[in-house]
Order: sequence, then structure tokens, then C-alpha cells
Amino acid sequence: MNNNFNKKLYNSRRRANTQGLILSMSAMALGLAVLLWILFVLFSNGLAAVDWNMFTQDTPAPGSEGGGLRNAIIGSLMMVGLSVLVSTPIGILAGIYLTEYGDSSKTAEVTRFVTDIMLSAPSIVLGLFVYSIAVATVGNFSGYAGSLALSLIAVPVVMRTTENMLRLVPGNLREAAFALGAPRWKVSTLVTLRAAKSGVITGLLLAIARISGETAPLLFTALNNQFYSTNMGAPMANLPVVIYQFAMSPYDNWIRLAWGGALLVTMAVLVFNILARVFFRDKVHA
Amino acid sequence: MSVEAIMTLPSIPFDSTSETGSQGMIAVAKRQRIQDFFFHRITQGFSLLVLIALTGIIGSLFINAWPALHKFGVHFLWYVEWDIINEEFGAAIAIVGTLASAGIAMLIAVPLAFGIAVFLTETCPVWLRRPLGTSIELLAAVPSIIYGMFGLFVFAPLFANYLQVPLQKVLGGMPLVGFLFGGATNGMGILAAGIVLAFMVLPFIAAVMRDVFEVTPPILRESAYGLGCTTWEVVRKVVLPYTQKGVIGGIMLGLGRALGETMAVTFVIGNANRMPTSLFSPGTSIASTLANEFGEADAFHISALFALAFVLFVITFVVLAMAKILVMRADKAKGA
Repeated sequence: MNNNFNKKLYNSRRRANTQGLILSMSAMALGLAVLLWILFVLFSNGLAAVDWNMFTQDTPAPGSEGGGLRNAIIGSLMMVGLSVLVSTPIGILAGIYLTEYGDSSKTAEVTRFVTDIMLSAPSIVLGLFVYSIAVATVGNFSGYAGSLALSLIAVPVVMRTTENMLRLVPGNLREAAFALGAPRWKVSTLVTLRAAKSGVITGLLLAIARISGETAPLLFTALNNQFYSTNMGAPMANLPVVIYQFAMSPYDNWIRLAWGGALLVTMAVLVFNILARVFFRDKVHA
Repeated sequence: MSVEAIMTLPSIPFDSTSETGSQGMIAVAKRQRIQDFFFHRITQGFSLLVLIALTGIIGSLFINAWPALHKFGVHFLWYVEWDIINEEFGAAIAIVGTLASAGIAMLIAVPLAFGIAVFLTETCPVWLRRPLGTSIELLAAVPSIIYGMFGLFVFAPLFANYLQVPLQKVLGGMPLVGFLFGGATNGMGILAAGIVLAFMVLPFIAAVMRDVFEVTPPILRESAYGLGCTTWEVVRKVVLPYTQKGVIGGIMLGLGRALGETMAVTFVIGNANRMPTSLFSPGTSIASTLANEFGEADAFHISALFALAFVLFVITFVVLAMAKILVMRADKAKGA
């Protein structure tokens, strides 16, 4: 046998290895446990609030019984919808610029850098910015201001995913189109963008998921509205702000509705995220 | 260059015998150049919107904050007072709350994220990697207000009964560190906010770490294994040093998120405009002060809040910019 074999060192290395790996496994287990715990709490509290009234009645006045979330659901859908309509073309075209035109120019570099920072910028500050340009100047809170604040968050998401997806399109596809004499804008829109379609849709879905749950930017832009309103020029009810106000309130039925709304928002966000992944996986396998 | 050259030439004419045919082709090429020019400028314009938004944000925050900044000067940063009635405002309380809660969050989240990334890249069976990775990403997708509600209704009561009370009993009487565990044990406060924040930023950090771990060249790993390293040694002495910049970038990214988070913090930090004296004492962060007070603020108070927002934006901007530069350098090293 080899007499130089250091049994002690060998054992301590093995021990360190086992300890490290066990710790890393427990970290993973803890992460998963927290996700499951949050989902469990959401379902156990939220399902109790989900009934027909939640979708047909408006948010209740302080101290009154019952009520639902109809106005908040409609308001959220309208604001998220408008901001998706606005940010989709902007994000996609800007993404096309970054890959097809700008590529490694200074402007594109700076834009990319700033976009990445905007992706994680504190959303409440974006809300304050929109307040100062679209609420303070006009004189009232509005659904439009809320949509604008959400768009500020959505555009960078769409832009960066579009860019990353366009980058995956093989260069010879572009060259083939150029060789046929196609102008650049046709190559970008009809060839590259089409080839990256599912990836771009992934980006859109992620953007929708991201803005559906945002509360902070809506607090001082769309504010809230106790009544049913589809007028986007006026303060508008929306799920996240209603959840925030109701959860902090002393009324039992408000807190119950807050849980119902929380379940609704989380499910929507998770479904959009999973859809986005399914879309992208199809693309990868195709 | 070469592409431009190709585009200026008319493509092969279908009808090359007639003079008008090739002229038609030239006309088409000209028209396409004009279309291209406009398409180029339009897309460029849209991408510049982001830069305009950034300058707009910094500009509008600064202009709105000017009355307060002008009155208090740089002093604003370390002035320990937030008196709405007498209009005496300083950012120190909120800055301390922000830094303390984000710092606690990092202390908890970084080791956990490292563990998760190690598990996902080294020990996890391949067929489980995708579902487990996805569920961690889903944890990142849960809206922050849900973390806030979870913190307020579920975590805070448990935290008060099973952590605060025992901690205070055991450590509260100790010299030097005892003061950290003083105060009311109602489940709210800086430490509670830090813990909730930790689980919110955990998935962001874990995702970046996993991504950079995955790009470590297999040959480095295999050489280390070939020399007889254990998995843990490979991670600690090969993968981690190799991906250092990316890992730090990921941590800074998480820190940027934690500093600017509003909802998850507002629910549990206690919202008191007092300098926190212990880990359990209620405090306030910049973002939660904004969320709580902006709605009811008037003229000068609004300006002070804008000044706070400006401070927060500058802090997060610097942190995120550093994160971005580190991750970019890591990418470059990978490309080389």
C-alpha cells in the first residue's frame, strides 16, 4: 500500500465536500419551500375570496359589506393593455435598431447600457417621474399616466429580449435576403423579425407579466377609483393598488378581497411566465 | 460597407434589354434607399427614447427636488430629522433604513443564491435542472406586493414568536451586541424587512450566478476533477475564481433591486420616521417613505420627497451601472 496516502487530509476534504453540497442542497430546498409556501398561503387565503361577486361587483366603501373587484380588474386590464399596445412597437423597433443598425456603434452601446439599468430601476421613482410630467402638469391622476408609467417598465423588457432573439437569427439568412436585393428594412422586418417571432413573443409575455404586478408606479399616477370607470383620463382603479390599500386596512372584507386580488394577479403573472417559456422552448426545439 | 454597396446596385433586371427597365430598377433602388433611410432613423429614434427617458427622469427629479436641495444643501444627506410639520427634512433616517434592510437582505440572499447556483450546475441530476431552474425563476416573477402581503400576514407573526422573542431572550442581555436585539417584538422592523427582501432578490442573484457558472469552460472543470478535486473544491477553487466578476455583478444587480424595492419593504418595515436603534426597531426606507407620504404631501414636503427619490435613483444607478460593467467584463473574458 502507498504509505504517503494522507488519510486525514483525504477525510477532511471529503467532509468539506459533503458539507458544502448538503448546504447547497438545503439552499435549493429552502428556495423551493418559500415558493411553495407563498403559493399555498395565496391559495388558502385567496380561494375563499374568489366567487362570482368578485367579478361582478365593485370595490366596497369603507365599512360596507361584500363587494368585489370588477372595477379594479377592468382598470388593470385597460392600463396593461394600453401600455402593451404602446410599448410593443417601440420596444421591437428599438430592438431592431440595436441589432441590425446600431450593433457595435457608440450610440447602441450606450442605449444598451441605459436599457439594462432601466430594467432594474426603482419602479417607484419611475412613478414619481410620470407624476411630475403627466399628473402635476395636467392637474389630475389618470389611467393614461398609469399606462405611461407601466410602459416605461415594459419597453426595456421588450427591447432587450427582441435584441437578444434577433441576435440568435443566423447571419446567412440575412445575407441570403440581401443577395436577392432586398432592402435593409425588408430584411429586418420580413426575414429576421419573422425568424425570431416566437422569441419576440416571449419578450412580450414577460413584459406583460412584469407590469401586471407592478404597484409602486401606479400609486401616484393612476391612483385608485372606488367606482367603475372606463375613462382613462380620470383616476382609475387597478388591482395592485387596491390590494395594497385593502391589505393595509382594518376591514375584514377588504383584507379578504386583497387576498383574492393577490391570487388573481399572481396566477396571471405565473401563467404569462410559463406561456413565455413554452413559446421559447418550441422555438429552441424547432 | 459591402452590404451598402450591394444595396446601391440595382438587382439583376428582369428585362435587361430595354433601357427603361434598368432605369426602373435604378428608381426602385433609389426608393428603397429612401425607405431604408427612414426605417433606420425611426428605429434609432425609438431606441433613443430610452436615453431621453433617463435624462427626463434625472432632470425632472432634480428640478422638483430643487427647493429642498437648495434649502438643506448637501447637509440633507446626513440630517437626522424628518419633521413634516416644521418642514425640517433630512434623508439620513431613510438612507440608513434602506441600506440596513438591503444589507441584511444581501447577507442572507448571497449565500443562499450561491448554494442554489452550485446545486443547479453541479449536483442536480440533468433531468431536474430545467424544472428546478424554472421554479426559481418563477420565484422572481411573483409580484413584490405579494411578498409584502406574505411578509405582513404570514411571516411577521411567526417571526415575532419564533425568532424575535427567543433572540431577545438569549442575546438581548449580552454586552456589545445586546442593543441590536432590543425593542418591541411585533414582527415588524428592519430585520423583518431585510429577510422578506432577501427572498425577493434571491432568485435574481441565483439566476445570474447559475448563468455564469454554466459558461465556465468544461475543460477547466475536467482538469480539476482529473487532478482529484472534490466537487466542492472545483466550485470554490476553479469555478468561483473564474466567474468572480459575473458573480459580483449578479450580487450588485440584486443589491440594486433590494435598494429600490417598495412594496415588499413598506408592508413590514414598520414605517417610523425615527433612526432605528436595533434590528427589531421599526424604520423606513426611501422607497417606503415615498409610498407612504407622497399621496398626502404638499408643496415643500413634495420637494423633499423628490429629493429623497433623487438620492435613491442616484444610489441605485451607481450600483446597477457597476453591476453591468462587471457582468460585461465577465462576458468579454468569456469571449476571449
